Amino acid sequence: MSGFNAGFNGRGAWSIFTFELLRFLRTAFQSVLAPVLTTSLYFIVFGAAIGSQMPDLGGVDYGAFIIPGLLMLTLLGETTSNASFGIYMPRFTGTIYELLSAPVGTAETLLGFVGAAAVKSLILAAIILATARLFVDYSIAHPLLALVYIVLVAAAFALFGFILGIWADGFEKLGIIPMLFLTPLTFLGGTFYSIDMLPKPWDTIALFNPIVYLVSGLRWAFFGTSDVSFGLSLGITVGFLALCVVVIAFIFRTGWRLRT
Amino acid sequence: MSEPILEIEGLSKIYPGGLKALDSVDLSIRKGEIFALLGPNGAGKTTLIGAVCGLVRPTGGTIRAFGHDLAHDWRAARRRIGLVPQEMATDMFEPVIRTVNYSRGLFGLAPDPAKIEEILRSLSLWGRKDEQIRNLSGGMKRRVLIAKALAHEPELLFLDEPTAGVDVELRKDMWRQIGALRAEGVTVILTTHYIEEAEEMADRVGIIDKGRLLMVDEKAKMMARLGRTEALFTLAAPLSQLPAVLADYPVELEKDGRVLIYRGGDGTGKGKAEVAQVSKALVAAGVDYTGIDVHESSLEDIFVQLIDRDKVAA
Ligand SMILES: Nc1ncnc2c1ncn2[C@@H]1O[C@H](COP(=O)(O)OP(=O)(O)OP(=O)(O)O)[C@@H](O)[C@H]1O
Ligand SMILES: [Mg+2]
Repeated sequence: MSGFNAGFNGRGAWSIFTFELLRFLRTAFQSVLAPVLTTSLYFIVFGAAIGSQMPDLGGVDYGAFIIPGLLMLTLLGETTSNASFGIYMPRFTGTIYELLSAPVGTAETLLGFVGAAAVKSLILAAIILATARLFVDYSIAHPLLALVYIVLVAAAFALFGFILGIWADGFEKLGIIPMLFLTPLTFLGGTFYSIDMLPKPWDTIALFNPIVYLVSGLRWAFFGTSDVSFGLSLGITVGFLALCVVVIAFIFRTGWRLRT
Repeated sequence: MSEPILEIEGLSKIYPGGLKALDSVDLSIRKGEIFALLGPNGAGKTTLIGAVCGLVRPTGGTIRAFGHDLAHDWRAARRRIGLVPQEMATDMFEPVIRTVNYSRGLFGLAPDPAKIEEILRSLSLWGRKDEQIRNLSGGMKRRVLIAKALAHEPELLFLDEPTAGVDVELRKDMWRQIGALRAEGVTVILTTHYIEEAEEMADRVGIIDKGRLLMVDEKAKMMARLGRTEALFTLAAPLSQLPAVLADYPVELEKDGRVLIYRGGDGTGKGKAEVAQVSKALVAAGVDYTGIDVHESSLEDIFVQLIDRDKVAA
């Protein structure tokens, strides 16, 4: 498992991918129930209870306005934790020996693990959007761009989670990054409000939060309105994805935390 | 038979803490042989296997398998190598057959239900193929690890203490398995603490201690060179000195002349023959005895002897 050598092992990548996906399906009920429940609660509290008192934002009904943000909230959290567990568990139980001794390199491993994590997230995203439908009526302005964008975000955070799962040397560390950074930054990233609703210095400070761009990008794809330009959002997403790939390539090259 | 399948040269491993687990090991494994690596706890056996299988990054030296340099051509080599690790590590919640199929795919082979069935049947796992691995006993879990290692039909198989914690019957069963693999032409490198295992199975034996390979030789030759026969004659009446007829034999008196001991031979049967001659000579000389206790030194004695010598040298 090092470097992109000749002789790409497609079957190896496919095996990892299907094995991981089947593992997910075995626990599909738990994997899907929790996020669906959480999203429903947000819709009841913010969408129905508070949303009915809120004015439209940029011509979008408040209940619909929060959909891209809620989707992003679940997507980032679930993708990161799915992907990090996917690689952390074999390290923890020792089954990683097989992967390390197999003819699979960086490419196969990433396609397998990260691909599976990203696909799980897409399934989840579809379920959340269907759940949202139960609470608010909405339509998507740029469905294809929305799909591409969600795929990119899912892939980027699956890579991020993979790095987390290799870095972590305990279950605590595995949970701490999503809890300490992802959730707060997403909450502050315009999930429930538009950045220009913030008082003076905070609207500028908020622009240093990378998740603002992610939420904003998806909101544009949904409703055609956003805090920052879609191009910028897309650029930041792709940039983050590329950064994660570089970090992972480095990890595999050095064998860090994988080989003794 | 002498074509090398694995060539290790000057292999060293120093762990981050500074511990030298392998100290310039040279080893050449022949195609089709069963090679047993013997050594006490912490000798470096698992580290050596790890270095070949990609779990341990060597500090120095080269490893070539099937003619491929593992530092560069690892993909081609790894397809043909299987590993059964010492530590039990399985996907507890997965059914047996799924993990075995997964292993085959991971190593780049197309699914082959017939082959997988054959492997599972040979390990008596077929009847439990759909059970979650956590429901199996320890010995059966180890068999799952073996099935996973065999799933891609490796030509070179590493078994790191395959029979540790396995009962006698299962161990005999595994010996049969290994014998069957040899018959198919698979090269097997195993580590073990049970010397009888090496004695029973191996063509060649390597003895390792503190990261250094102390001796590598054919089992029979090693035993011939270092093997001994020991025979204790319990005498009916104590002797004060050895009968003259025994002057040419390696015998001595012990326990105030009540026991006559023969120590000699070379592990090829010469010792046994001499013991027979000694007993006849005793009768001819009119020396009566009440018991004979003959003991052939085993690989174990040789092993202990070598490790002791190593300790003294260190
Ligand atoms: N990851 C590691 N980091 C530091 N030291 C290690 C590591 N793995 C093994 N060692 C040390 O290297 C030495 C050789 O260990 P190794 O596991 O190769 O021995 P072994 O011969 O397989 O022993 P055993 O018969 O107990 O399995 C030991 O002193 C061990 O403590
Ligand atoms: Mg060991």
